Amino acid sequence: MSSAYPTSWKRPPQIIKDRRWRIAIQIGIVVYLVLAISTVDVNWARVYEGLERGQRFIMGFLQPDFTSRWRDISTGLVESLTMTLTSTVVGVAISVPIGIGAARNIAPHWIYAICRSIIAVSRALQEIIIAIFLVAMFGFGPFAGFLTLSFATIGFIAKLLADDIEEIEEAQAEAIRATGASWWQVVNYAVQPQVMPRLIGLSLYRLDINFRESAVIGIVGAGGIGATLNTAISRYEYDSAGAILLIIIAIVMVAEYSSSYLRKFLQ
Amino acid sequence: MTELSHHSQIWTYRTPRARLLLWGGWLALVALFVYCWQVMTARTMWVFVWDAPTQAADIGSRMMPPRWSYLPELMGPLWDTINIATLGTLGGVIMAVPIAFVAARNTSPSLLILRPIALFIIVASRSINSLIWALLLVAIIGPGLLAGIIAIALRSIGFIGKLLYEAIEETDAKQIEAITATGASGVQVLSYAIVPQIMPAFWGITVFRWDINIRESAILGLVGAGGIGLKLNASLNTLAWGQISVILLLILGTVVVSEWVSSKMRHAII
Repeated sequence: MSSAYPTSWKRPPQIIKDRRWRIAIQIGIVVYLVLAISTVDVNWARVYEGLERGQRFIMGFLQPDFTSRWRDISTGLVESLTMTLTSTVVGVAISVPIGIGAARNIAPHWIYAICRSIIAVSRALQEIIIAIFLVAMFGFGPFAGFLTLSFATIGFIAKLLADDIEEIEEAQAEAIRATGASWWQVVNYAVQPQVMPRLIGLSLYRLDINFRESAVIGIVGAGGIGATLNTAISRYEYDSAGAILLIIIAIVMVAEYSSSYLRKFLQ
Repeated sequence: MTELSHHSQIWTYRTPRARLLLWGGWLALVALFVYCWQVMTARTMWVFVWDAPTQAADIGSRMMPPRWSYLPELMGPLWDTINIATLGTLGGVIMAVPIAFVAARNTSPSLLILRPIALFIIVASRSINSLIWALLLVAIIGPGLLAGIIAIALRSIGFIGKLLYEAIEETDAKQIEAITATGASGVQVLSYAIVPQIMPAFWGITVFRWDINIRESAILGLVGAGGIGLKLNASLNTLAWGQISVILLLILGTVVVSEWVSSKMRHAII
């Protein structure tokens, strides 16, 4: 009866419970920010000069010019779209065997090691860096871009497919094995039906990513809409650049919505 | 006897109709692939393609003894690269959080006007790669770290905004109702009901994006936005392949370390 109810309440800390650690981390963050910001030297005069250009770019974005460079834009767009489709198909076709090989539950140990290292190499390297090398080897143009995107697709699809195969329901595989099925038949009748919907979903998602990436690797000479965009920006033709960016955004939006719709339909 | 003929049918996985449809689908895909391949390779110089193995061997032999003496010179640009990624992530978070709250269906102040705008900002930011943002910003505000930081921040808005608004939409409505029932104002509901629920997701998303940003900021220098990419670009232009291999190994090492840090931190948080 005598104990009064507390009149105020303070929310307990959520993530880091120890007070000393919290103070240390806060001081560390402040010190880092001061150090980091002090090394960023900004030429404010240049920034101020550039604001006029920025304004012109925003005007170009609001009043895009699709017509005067339409031939270059359409060539770049066709290159990008064809590059996207072929690289996704080839990439998925190569990554299916690699993905099966990288699944611990159905592949022998030495194949597992080889396939996992292929995946690790493909995932660790940036698309742009691969594109630089492939352009140096195969010459300028969409063929180098196609190879770059295929290589990047392998790392993405094969890893997710392998992880998916490792998580299949083992009972179904055992049931098929109990009928005396060979390894191929187990893969065909027990593994494939379980992972197929997700594989198709991932391939559609990768199609979407590959289009976005195809807009970038053109900057280092691997063809596609990125090359057109790079030219437009370096010529200060901001209205054409704005048009290209709007086309990229529109295609990505369409691809994203249709692929999410298709994935819902398939699963 | 008529019953037995029913059993003689051989079991197949799919009905004939489904098989026909499937076959037609594959045929259409192959036809589309071949057509795209024809269009794409119409202007390919096959001489260069067949020449590729010799080129590869040539580049490989030039890269092979990496010029390790170049390493100390790279430490400054590496620090810049990490700063671009960290400050860019910070800027992206600051801009993405309000956008995420506007875009989430349950916290949006106006579903008809503001929410579509927020969703468009998220899609626009997501569909344009940070390298393209950097290309634009270098043209507008001049080469340097600032262009890289802003490019990374603009690209991060879409990623953080999308994942965060999905997390906000998935919050437990009961907790929000409980706080509302105490007579809390809108801001108090946000702070005591929604924020504690999305906090782990928020930190996870931020650390994940920081990890991606480290990778992206390493190449932003190719278009002049500072960091280690500038050195890469300079070495590529002077064909100094020994330096290029040092830079690539350093980038690879940084990426591996940042991935390790981010996975450790995400495990600790979630």
